[in-house]
Amino acid sequence: MRKGTALKLNRFLATAVAAGTLLAGCATSTPATPPRSGGLGEVTVFAAASLTDAFKQIGKDFEAANPGSEVTFNFAGSSALATQINQGAPADVFASAALANMKTVTDAGNADGSAVTFVKNQLVIVVPKGNPKGIKALADLTKPGLKVALCAEQVPCGAAAKKALAAANFSLTPVTLEQDVKQALAKVKLGEVDAALVYRTDAKGSAADVEGLEFPESSQAINEYPIVVLKASPNKTGAQAFLAYVLSEQGIKVLTGAGFQKP
Amino acid sequence: MTSSVSTLDARIEVELGSFRLGIDLAVAAGQVVALLGPNGAGKTTALRALAGLRPLSGGHIRLEGQTLDDPGARLFVPPEKRAVGVVFQDYLLFPHLSALDNVAFGPRRHGSTKTQARALASAWLGRMGLADLADRRPRHLSGGQAQRVALARALAVNPALLLLDEPLAALDARTRVDTRAELHQHLHGHPGATLIVTHDPLDAMMLAEHLVVIEDGTIVQQGDAASITAQPRTDYIARLVGLNLYQGTATGTSVTLPGGFNLTTTQPLVGQAFVAFSPSAVSLYQQKPDGSPRNTWQATITGIHRHGDNLRIQLGGPMVTAADVTPAAAAHLHLNPGQHIWAAVKATETRAYPA
Amino acid sequence: MAADRHGRARIPLALLIPAIAGMAFLVLPLAGLLIRTPWATLPRRLAEPGVLAALGLSLQTATIATLLCMLFGVPLAWLLARTNFPGRRLVRALVTVPLVLPPVVGGVALLLVFGRRGLIGSWLDDTFGITLPFTTAGVVLAEAFVAMPFLVIAVEGALRGADSRYEEAAATLGATRWSTFTRVTLPLVAPGIGAGAVLCWARALGEFGATITFAGNFPGRTQTMPLAVYLALETDLQAAIVLSLVLLTVSVAILAALRDKWITP
Repeated sequence: MRKGTALKLNRFLATAVAAGTLLAGCATSTPATPPRSGGLGEVTVFAAASLTDAFKQIGKDFEAANPGSEVTFNFAGSSALATQINQGAPADVFASAALANMKTVTDAGNADGSAVTFVKNQLVIVVPKGNPKGIKALADLTKPGLKVALCAEQVPCGAAAKKALAAANFSLTPVTLEQDVKQALAKVKLGEVDAALVYRTDAKGSAADVEGLEFPESSQAINEYPIVVLKASPNKTGAQAFLAYVLSEQGIKVLTGAGFQKP
Repeated sequence: MTSSVSTLDARIEVELGSFRLGIDLAVAAGQVVALLGPNGAGKTTALRALAGLRPLSGGHIRLEGQTLDDPGARLFVPPEKRAVGVVFQDYLLFPHLSALDNVAFGPRRHGSTKTQARALASAWLGRMGLADLADRRPRHLSGGQAQRVALARALAVNPALLLLDEPLAALDARTRVDTRAELHQHLHGHPGATLIVTHDPLDAMMLAEHLVVIEDGTIVQQGDAASITAQPRTDYIARLVGLNLYQGTATGTSVTLPGGFNLTTTQPLVGQAFVAFSPSAVSLYQQKPDGSPRNTWQATITGIHRHGDNLRIQLGGPMVTAADVTPAAAAHLHLNPGQHIWAAVKATETRAYPA
Repeated sequence: MAADRHGRARIPLALLIPAIAGMAFLVLPLAGLLIRTPWATLPRRLAEPGVLAALGLSLQTATIATLLCMLFGVPLAWLLARTNFPGRRLVRALVTVPLVLPPVVGGVALLLVFGRRGLIGSWLDDTFGITLPFTTAGVVLAEAFVAMPFLVIAVEGALRGADSRYEEAAATLGATRWSTFTRVTLPLVAPGIGAGAVLCWARALGEFGATITFAGNFPGRTQTMPLAVYLALETDLQAAIVLSLVLLTVSVAILAALRDKWITP
């Protein structure tokens, strides 16, 4: 038994060393390869998690339209991405789900030019399929006994929800303030809460499990998505091309298809 | 052996892989019996079976008329329900409890109140001369003290059968002598049956009035110390009691050993017989000695060891023999390993008895 | 091993160098936090009401979770160490699953069982009107789920290391299996249980993923320190550092105090 443990430990150490070497290798060689002859090369895009599905499609279309190009995505929360960029992460393009996070990057002087808003996203009330509690309007969420999930106000969807509720002059006590919009959505999907405020795109992406209900107060809290090419970009040509493709008719079509609105 | 009805009546059969233990044991109340045998003979297995720490494969264990284990009748009484006390080889005093609480542990489990148990434990420690050590943890006790606490702990539950596993083996030579004498006194004060498991013949003979010798899981000899030392029936016992022992075929006063060598004795016998003689009865000579009713043979010295004040000479040849000589004689004979030498034993120094 | 004149063993370089490197690896990030701590605004930030509430909730839930883990984990460890039943190896492997499971997945798994529509949760809701998600009890449950393996593994190791012949000795003195367990086994493995409980508590205190997934995040009710740190990180790095520092200081102080008192035999 003891021998077995020792062997396992050895193997673990060997793996750890190998992994360390690999990491070191990654760190020294820049991930972005120079443009191949005729191609746009590799474009690294840091994008907000809510853009995941739409951007994956846009990436595929872009690669098809530009032979020799390759788009790599890093999807995460906008604030985490902004922190990574400001700590020197090698990226070409940053697409944020909130102006505030973009501002962090541009204020730090890490953007090349000014950011452009390419889509907007609006909050909807999301309820389980079939709307068992018969929710019709934002006011219904204040009914006693109803469990509602909101995003924490530190994240964009929470800030938007707070604005919308303030505009409607409702006070609402949620059971939880989720760390991101996907967690809030998941709570509805799992039936743990009766409703949540999430982006229209999120509701649309989970149409099989949930229903999204538009509500007029959401116009008070529209989320703008800015995009920018980064100063540290090792492949500016590719980055500009990708940004242009996102703003093009084909790009916007994919985004509106996912539930985003034109700016 | 007392004539009273046995408190313990056991036929212990245990199978452990290829090893088979099968022995009959009977111990009367107040009697002390030693189970003596070499390592691996099955002594500890027998003790564990009696304590209920290992079930029997066959046979039975009855204590004061109650059946404790009988695989044939699908009967097994777990250790905590047996009136059996055990002193383990390394005592196994609970390290987190004081000497007093170790001794009080048993009475407490048998339903005494805390106060009663402690009073009883205190009395037992007093009887063992350990009253002033009651509050000590086992790791602050000497080997001899720990042994006495272990004995007090086992006796405090008033067992019908007291088992001791190599009770003196963990002690150094000096403590051993004192502790053995004390142990003897306590064991003979115990009204129940007592069984000591040991590989040390001295412990067995000093502490017990009846010896059961086992080898390879079976009883090879039993009796009191005198009869066993006088007429050993296996090499193991002969070595234990310090005798040379041979088995052969007797015709009158001559016993023919398997190798063909003839030993002359004084006791006329017919058939299978043992011949035993002491190493001090063997004389060694550079030249073949003459005349008289002696057994003489040529031997090779295979080893020389100190043995008390004398030297013990191991001899090879027609029979393996131990001979004791004084250092002066050894020097005179220039004894060295590998040397050829003549050995002699008088017929009157031998003891022959039927096998 | 060679020893100097004072009898101290000389430490081989082959051990010393990796030991120091390992220590630096563990301590440097801590130093990083200290360097970036906004000392000037520290008192004001600490005085914010949310901080103390989150800290109090963290200490309270981690302690209750640890007690729960001991209540169920010690008997489970005993079963694994002292009995032989079919499938014991499988059970042991399953017990350690929360160690390798990403805590967020653990949180989802807990929802599927104890959630409002979960296997047990729906029954609890229908029968007693009890729902665990989004409650402090839910935090305790999530923490216990991820922390219990630490206790079980530590105690099982201690039990295997303990001499089971003491238990036999207790049996020959008339102790039933239960009183042998409480009077002999438990005291013998007490240091192991203490070490396991400390590991368990530390893990529960730092628990994030399963907690936020299962119990959600609501200040004063389910927002523990790690959750507060995470959300602070979204907007204010310095606030996050302050919160981390508070959590670290309190936990290190408690662990150090416990270690001297309970863990070292």
